Amino acid sequence: MKAPSFATLWGRKEATPPPDVEAAALRSDRFRLEREADWKRLEQIVARLESGRLRRVSDDDILALPALYRTAASSLAVARETTLDAATLDYLESLVQRAWFQVYGPRTSALAWFRRFLGGGLSASIRAIWLDILIALAAMIAGTIVGYLLVASDAAWFHALVPAGFGGDRAPGASVEALQKTLSGAGEDGRSGLSVFAAFLFSNNAKVSILAFALGFAFGIPSILLLVQNMALLGAMLWVFNDAGLAVDFIAWLSVHGTTELFAILLAGGAGIHVGRSMAFPGAQSVLAAAAQSGRRAAQVMTGVVLMLMIAALLEGYVRQLVTDTPSRFIIGGTMLAIWLAYFFALRPRDRQGDA
Amino acid sequence: MATLPHIAALQKRQRILVTPEGLSLPLTIASRGSRVGALFLDFVILNVTMALVTGLLIYIGLGVLDLNFGGGFQNTGPLEFLAVLWLILMFAFRYGYFLYFELGPRGATPGKRMLGIRVAARGGAQGTGRLTAEAVIARNLLRDIELFMPLVLIMGAQSGEGGLAGMAAAAWFAIFMAFPFFNRDAMRAGDLIAGTWVVEVPRRKLGSSMSVAESAGGASQVPEADYRFSDAELSVYGEYELQTLERVLRDNQAPAMEAVAEAICTKIGWTNGSGHERAFLEAYYTQLRGRLERDMRFGQRKADKHS
Repeated sequence: MKAPSFATLWGRKEATPPPDVEAAALRSDRFRLEREADWKRLEQIVARLESGRLRRVSDDDILALPALYRTAASSLAVARETTLDAATLDYLESLVQRAWFQVYGPRTSALAWFRRFLGGGLSASIRAIWLDILIALAAMIAGTIVGYLLVASDAAWFHALVPAGFGGDRAPGASVEALQKTLSGAGEDGRSGLSVFAAFLFSNNAKVSILAFALGFAFGIPSILLLVQNMALLGAMLWVFNDAGLAVDFIAWLSVHGTTELFAILLAGGAGIHVGRSMAFPGAQSVLAAAAQSGRRAAQVMTGVVLMLMIAALLEGYVRQLVTDTPSRFIIGGTMLAIWLAYFFALRPRDRQGDA
Repeated sequence: MATLPHIAALQKRQRILVTPEGLSLPLTIASRGSRVGALFLDFVILNVTMALVTGLLIYIGLGVLDLNFGGGFQNTGPLEFLAVLWLILMFAFRYGYFLYFELGPRGATPGKRMLGIRVAARGGAQGTGRLTAEAVIARNLLRDIELFMPLVLIMGAQSGEGGLAGMAAAAWFAIFMAFPFFNRDAMRAGDLIAGTWVVEVPRRKLGSSMSVAESAGGASQVPEADYRFSDAELSVYGEYELQTLERVLRDNQAPAMEAVAEAICTKIGWTNGSGHERAFLEAYYTQLRGRLERDMRFGQRKADKHS
């Protein structure tokens, strides 16, 4: 496949007579004829790069690409001042533009980007939005307290906060045994269905956190509302279990995956607030530039959030159902929290070395 | 110069990009119509793929069920695996499709590619203009509130499920959907956050030069030397007319060439035998271009016949 296509390429080139530069009447035509071969070669290389088949581009061509691009660019600059041949100008403009996208395109491979991302890029982005994370944390704590207090004052609030069917047996007035059963995990149908459950949880939580981020676009206010609303639900649940004297068990049950999942939602909310805040208060930059800068930073955080939610779903789907005693659950949840905090905030020295 | 409406609309979409070499490159912002078209194509591709994959998994699942009944024992393991695979694949398709293709060397999803547009970094003040992975991620994360949410809510509002709040939410999200109509660069909210825009990628072949067509091979019935135009005869037209003439020659339609040759002859007071229009026009084109380019080198440009 490879060899014949080259053969025909060269064959066709030899078949056309070499341009008769001397015969051209106009100086601009001579200019064009002298450089046409270089332009055509650049066009071929660019077309092959665009099609993504890097193996079909020879080393020589890759080495020649920057030089050919600059030749074409300077040809265009000269042609604009000397030629009125619309065909040449249009062609060169489109060629230089296409080559520009290739020469100055994203040159890091996805793998290299991902390595840099895990090895400091994510932590750096998260540290950069610390203030927004604090705001999100405040919103989440406030939401939990509000939910708890509302249900404490009037149990009817529970049904307003928790969508029907979500809580199952967990409702005010449920017996202690029923509540305990929801915490034990083994009660339902043992091990089966856990992986489906985990996959569903991940998919659902990822959508919610992407929404929390995306809503930040409207100056961050909807993100905060979403956080408060979701955490009010948690507060309501907490009251129900506290009422039954199971608060500690509930927190342990929650902490297995919750330290990872709630942390991820916290980061997603923080990322959304970051975008909204930098658009509302862009500082010295234009609103557009500030939005773009914060958006790119927040996108890194969001990639991290999706990864964290994957881990959270595994913890929730498997570990929580298999580990049933309260102290072990606390240990797992606490360890995860410590790992995340260390990764995000203690990776700093190595990161600085990388920057220097 | 009086501009036609569609030309004016095109000029409105022209932007200048300055390369690191200091060369200004014209860019054309993709029209909103072509972006909607590209999105539609992408959705068709995406949904067809998802439907095929779902169908395949269901087919395999049914096979597994058959096996189970045949064997007489219940083992939900394989079915569970299929369900997990399905959930993960659907998630990956929904978010991964746009990411994967827009991070590729073309910077465009198949739908965009078919319509000749791509994603590019907005230059801005920094002017680096490199499309980064973060930018592509950011612009695609916002697709949810721009497209999926409004659609769901607007459907809900129509049936009156959500009541007044539902309608308010639908109106609020409709704003995101209409966002590209509220700014000059046709950016959607995701483009704004990511610092990107969508531009046209023209792919033009190098057309042959009309002034060397004869000397490069074609046999001319009438020697070019027959046509010699004086400076006065060449000075009646400018660059605009030259480019019109170039287009006429390129199209090579006999009626059009006759009409143009007729018009030029009337203007410069020549009489030209019929049948030689192409030779006449080529000669006039070459000499007019020669004259205009000479003046250009001396810094005098003549935009059209009125200037």
